[in-house]
Amino acid sequence: MMFDYETLRFIWWLLLGALLIGFAVTGGFDLGVAMLLPALGKNDSERRVIINSIGATWEGNQVWFITGGGALFAAWPIAYSVAFSGFYFALLLTLVGLFMRPLGFDYRSKLPSLNWRQNWDRALFVGGFIPALIFGVAFGNLLLGVPFHLDNDMRIFYEGSFFGLLRPFALLAGLLSVAMLVMHGAVYLQLKTEGEINQRSKTAVSLFAALTLVIFALAGVWVANSDGYQISSAIVHDAPSNPLIKTVQKAPGLWLANYGEYPLLWLLPVMGFVMGAATLLLSKIDRPGLAFISSSLTLSAIILTAGASMFPFLIPSSIAVNHSLTVWDAGSSLHTLKIMLGVTVVFLPIVLTYTAWVFRVLRGKITLEHIHANDHSLY
Amino acid sequence: MISEGVVDLSRWQFAATSLYHFLFVPLTLGLSFLLAIMESTYVMTGREIYKDMTQFWGKLFGINFALGVTTGLTMEFEFGMNWSYFSHYVGDVFGAPLAIEGLMAFFLESTFVGLFFFGWDKLGKGQHLLVTWLVALGTNLSALWILVANGWMQNPVGADFNYETMRMEITDFASLLFNPAAQVKFVHTVAAGYTTASAFVLGISAYYMLKGRDSAFAQRSFTIAAGFGLAATLSVIVLGDESGYTDGEVQKVKLAAIEAEWHTEAPPAAFTVIGIPDQDTMETRYALKIPWVLGLIGTRSVDEPITGLTEILEKNRLRVRNGMKAYALLQDLRQGKKDAATLAEFNRYKADLGYGLLLKRYTEAVVDATDEQIELAAQYSLPRVVPLFWTFRIMVACGFVMLAVFVFAFIASSIRRCRQNWLLKLSLYTIPLPWIACETGWFVAEFGRQPWTIAEVLPTFLSASSLTELDLYLSLASYIGIYTLFLIIEMFLMLKFIKAGPSSLHKGRYHFEIAEGAAL
Repeated sequence: MMFDYETLRFIWWLLLGALLIGFAVTGGFDLGVAMLLPALGKNDSERRVIINSIGATWEGNQVWFITGGGALFAAWPIAYSVAFSGFYFALLLTLVGLFMRPLGFDYRSKLPSLNWRQNWDRALFVGGFIPALIFGVAFGNLLLGVPFHLDNDMRIFYEGSFFGLLRPFALLAGLLSVAMLVMHGAVYLQLKTEGEINQRSKTAVSLFAALTLVIFALAGVWVANSDGYQISSAIVHDAPSNPLIKTVQKAPGLWLANYGEYPLLWLLPVMGFVMGAATLLLSKIDRPGLAFISSSLTLSAIILTAGASMFPFLIPSSIAVNHSLTVWDAGSSLHTLKIMLGVTVVFLPIVLTYTAWVFRVLRGKITLEHIHANDHSLY
Repeated sequence: MISEGVVDLSRWQFAATSLYHFLFVPLTLGLSFLLAIMESTYVMTGREIYKDMTQFWGKLFGINFALGVTTGLTMEFEFGMNWSYFSHYVGDVFGAPLAIEGLMAFFLESTFVGLFFFGWDKLGKGQHLLVTWLVALGTNLSALWILVANGWMQNPVGADFNYETMRMEITDFASLLFNPAAQVKFVHTVAAGYTTASAFVLGISAYYMLKGRDSAFAQRSFTIAAGFGLAATLSVIVLGDESGYTDGEVQKVKLAAIEAEWHTEAPPAAFTVIGIPDQDTMETRYALKIPWVLGLIGTRSVDEPITGLTEILEKNRLRVRNGMKAYALLQDLRQGKKDAATLAEFNRYKADLGYGLLLKRYTEAVVDATDEQIELAAQYSLPRVVPLFWTFRIMVACGFVMLAVFVFAFIASSIRRCRQNWLLKLSLYTIPLPWIACETGWFVAEFGRQPWTIAEVLPTFLSASSLTELDLYLSLASYIGIYTLFLIIEMFLMLKFIKAGPSSLHKGRYHFEIAEGAAL
């Protein structure tokens, strides 16, 4: 492969973003649907419709998240280490939320007891809400800077607490994450259901698309007016990864520096707003298929907006700014990045192909009749 | 230095979460394969009973798979959460197989498992069969990649320490992949999975036959499980032998510890069947030995010795001293003294850097270690023998009992005489054995690697995250609390569906759906 270290690092930053977007667009609607379960499913059969709309595909979608974590470990090991050990309790809470899902989906309808089923419905809601909220809160904290520092042996010291993560901007980011994933889940439900559930999902799309746009705007204004980070020393793009030897400055408005230097990047937040509005409209005029596409693009644009803002920072440090982890000094070795790129280039298209095939096989609406006819084999 | 309390708790937690995870993985590995075999039989013969078998055992597979996924999520998080220094130090190498596991295996099994359950009416016979085989392939590929990662922890080939980035980095990916430790581990572990699933199906089918229910269904399931299980058990034992041989080549200290081989004996060494090993006096009391056996199976020769712990300890004393030199040179390099001479000296002692790091347990500076501390570090470099000695023997005993059971079951089903009460009861009681073998086996693998997370490269006590004991108590309590609750729920559901049998498919042709006692 002809790519040099600098290019590979950049490609891997893009790939990480791609995996994250992959998760948001697929696993994201599963989380959204789970959050909508209590509101959109008014009785057992309706809830089974909602659960089975994602039942066959949610597990495959979750792998985007798992692979994203794996890719973070493989391509940015120290970032993986700082994030996962620093956000210890946030991740523990996320895990507990995620634990609810495999059992929730598979076990819920295996017993006829309504009590049993309703408890698992609650668990499924929690399994959607907690991860969605915490992913947003975590990202908000990345933009704010995380209180960690490194010693000379690269041992990580995290000086914050779980409650320290619940800063106002981070909570706003958490709400944005919840809103956009609920919007996305509602669009998916509009696509996969009919009758009353379909009508309710349309209401949800309107509400949460509007919320998403409002919160996104608020977050943008906030970011523009608060501290951002920028590398102030000369950047050597292909040096061995050592985050200890650079200098970083932290000052208001710096998160817009990239936008200043490359004005074309403004298209990203613009696309976020345009696609968000499009989602609202397309849902209203009963074109859920197109709304799903625009919703997916909304999520992608929001994530890319944040990413473009932070580049090249992966995890800024709020207490030892010079130790911030960036694309240029936190990555794996050239050899590893090359190997991983090779594997990804071969397998990601394969994954996309068979995933598309599976969704095609399972296309069509999930109806109440279908549930009743397959009472014992469906979720 | 991280407190010993935090390190110990982190170890307990990793042990607990991985042992819990491994309650569900072997059944997934083996049962996915058995389902594919059953469904292939259906497609080839057209007999509906094989479809019912696929769907019923598939239901049980699903109940188990759910907890496999749940507990598996924790594992991916736990490296970063609790072992952050490890994750930095070896992430360049270790992260790659994990990411590949996601791309190649998890996507495959998770995407198609949905279609396995939900695609019966939407796919043709051949298409659905392909789906089932892909699920089996996915689970087995997953085992491959995680064991490439674990194999590297035992035998860290194809990588080198980079003083500029303070971590291990890949130098040769092929070495990683073809690491003999990884290869033998992979085949041994999947064979263990196949054995587990076979014992599961065999025992439950035996239960139905003991109750005089669903005999045609049970007998066919029993027969498939007997054949597959015999092949699996033979494989797992042969590959267990291969694992020992490989340890003799690349992880000598683990083999010596497992066998309580205190001293290098004149080859071929005797095998200690049973005894009371004592690490303080370095002897095994009341030892029952079989002459020549250890040497023959461990080295496949009559003249190659098995290196004893005393000899390894002697070597390690020197390696600790070399490690001190390496560490001192590393500090020089890190402080900017990068001349060619320093670099050359460092490269000379680099292989023993890990042994130098062992001294951090006694003195942070390493280079000022006293003779007493060096001796302590050398002693610490050996794993604890007693737990390994016993867990290994429990695993092997289980393996041979299972072999006997599968031999009987295979012969009986070949001559269509499986409905013998003694055999059916034996099969039923054999169900727990593979689980005991799997868990003790993993204990041997991981405890035998101590005091290292990466053998001879990174000590465990340096690998943990800088958390507090409270952090660990909270997370440990959460995992154990939730997992235990889930395990109870899972077993409740599993037993309920096992008791119902294929009637739970609601096809109208099984025991609880037709007149009691009516023959099928």
